[in-house]
Amino acid sequence: MENRDLVIVGAGPAGMAAALSAYENGIKDILLLERDQYLGGILNQCIHPGFGLHHFKEDLTGPEYADRFIKKIEGIKEIEVSLKSFVVHLSGDKTLTYFKPGKMEQIKCKALIMATGCRERTREMIHIPGTRPAGIYPAGLAQKMINMEGWLPGREVVVVGSGDIGLIMARRFTLEGAKVKAVIEIQKESRGLVRNVVQCLEDFEIPLYFLHRISKIHGRDRVERVTVENIETKETFDLTCDTVLISVGLIPENDLVEMAGVELDKATNCPRSTETNKCSIPGIFICGNAYKVYDLVDWVTRDSARAGKMAAEYIKGLK
Amino acid sequence: MIKKLTCIECPKGCQLEIETDGSRVIRVTGNQCEKGVAYAQQEIEDPRRILTSTVLTQGLSVKMLPVRTSAPIPKIKLMEAMAEVKRLRLDRPVAVNEPIVKNFMGLGVDLVSTRSAE
Repeated sequence: MENRDLVIVGAGPAGMAAALSAYENGIKDILLLERDQYLGGILNQCIHPGFGLHHFKEDLTGPEYADRFIKKIEGIKEIEVSLKSFVVHLSGDKTLTYFKPGKMEQIKCKALIMATGCRERTREMIHIPGTRPAGIYPAGLAQKMINMEGWLPGREVVVVGSGDIGLIMARRFTLEGAKVKAVIEIQKESRGLVRNVVQCLEDFEIPLYFLHRISKIHGRDRVERVTVENIETKETFDLTCDTVLISVGLIPENDLVEMAGVELDKATNCPRSTETNKCSIPGIFICGNAYKVYDLVDWVTRDSARAGKMAAEYIKGLK
Repeated sequence: MIKKLTCIECPKGCQLEIETDGSRVIRVTGNQCEKGVAYAQQEIEDPRRILTSTVLTQGLSVKMLPVRTSAPIPKIKLMEAMAEVKRLRLDRPVAVNEPIVKNFMGLGVDLVSTRSAE
């Protein structure tokens, strides 16, 4: 088994900021594990602008924001990057097991930073009744299909939820030639930015229904239509479509730390914590969207840099 | 003629009422600051947007290369610009923010990469 000072799991904005900060705070033995074949995480699929307005005072796209950190990481030889590396086991003594092509590795570290991001809430979690045909996608998955793979998952789309991802995908589908029939929001206002409501929906005359929900999904093999219900009057109408996008929030991804014995809050899946980035096991730090769901990447960078510093101080305190 | 717009200069999202002669702004009300006037003028007289999309690559490290226009382009040209972006194929390595098409569609802006590809 190999020994390391600091291992960081996840090389999205959180993991990269944490790695750079730990290095700047004196840690010279850092292993950064990333399951994808690139650094940058979800930023790579967020091709729209609006990133970095606070951190860089510039309006960047996701890949541009990521690139600023990737270039720095690649220039520091003390930060060893291991791509296509998928952690499958973690124990409370900070021993972790991961797979990379052709190998299984086991590592024990002095401090560990988990920057594993979050997952999308699914149709099942919001209990939309109806059949189970093809054509129902979490909005972020559809974003990956279009922006990374070049596939268009559908031609006639209804979006559930008016958070920023849903709004941005409504525009993206429209630009790609699909027809977005409506965005359905159960609340009385959008959780998304005003800018996104205007530039993603109003620009393309996409209707936004507040206080409405999808009460049924119809279709045998593929989505054929949805029934939309006004939650106050209970009046309904149908929209034909072949695709339903689900954009109803995110859940921190904390399976590994849970395996290690870290206490999680059952409702939010965030770690139980007394201070940002800390959890119930000393020396394990959790940052970025795995710690809590952030609305701006700029704040992920800020808080994750703090996690890197906390881990560095923890390691120095062990000696 | 009165047009209604939501100002997007800040999260307040003021509801602007704009008196126009059809193409020019005469008076703006509903704004809480001067930014609202400038926004209304731009939106009514020459609405522009940054376009972001992807270009299909051949033999590079990423299949779809993300791109943006280097400056906002007229809103009315967005769909035409998308059709043009879809026609492009890229088979040469590019750095971040390297022009893919200079003077894109004669609009005076470049189409630039937002990611590197090898």
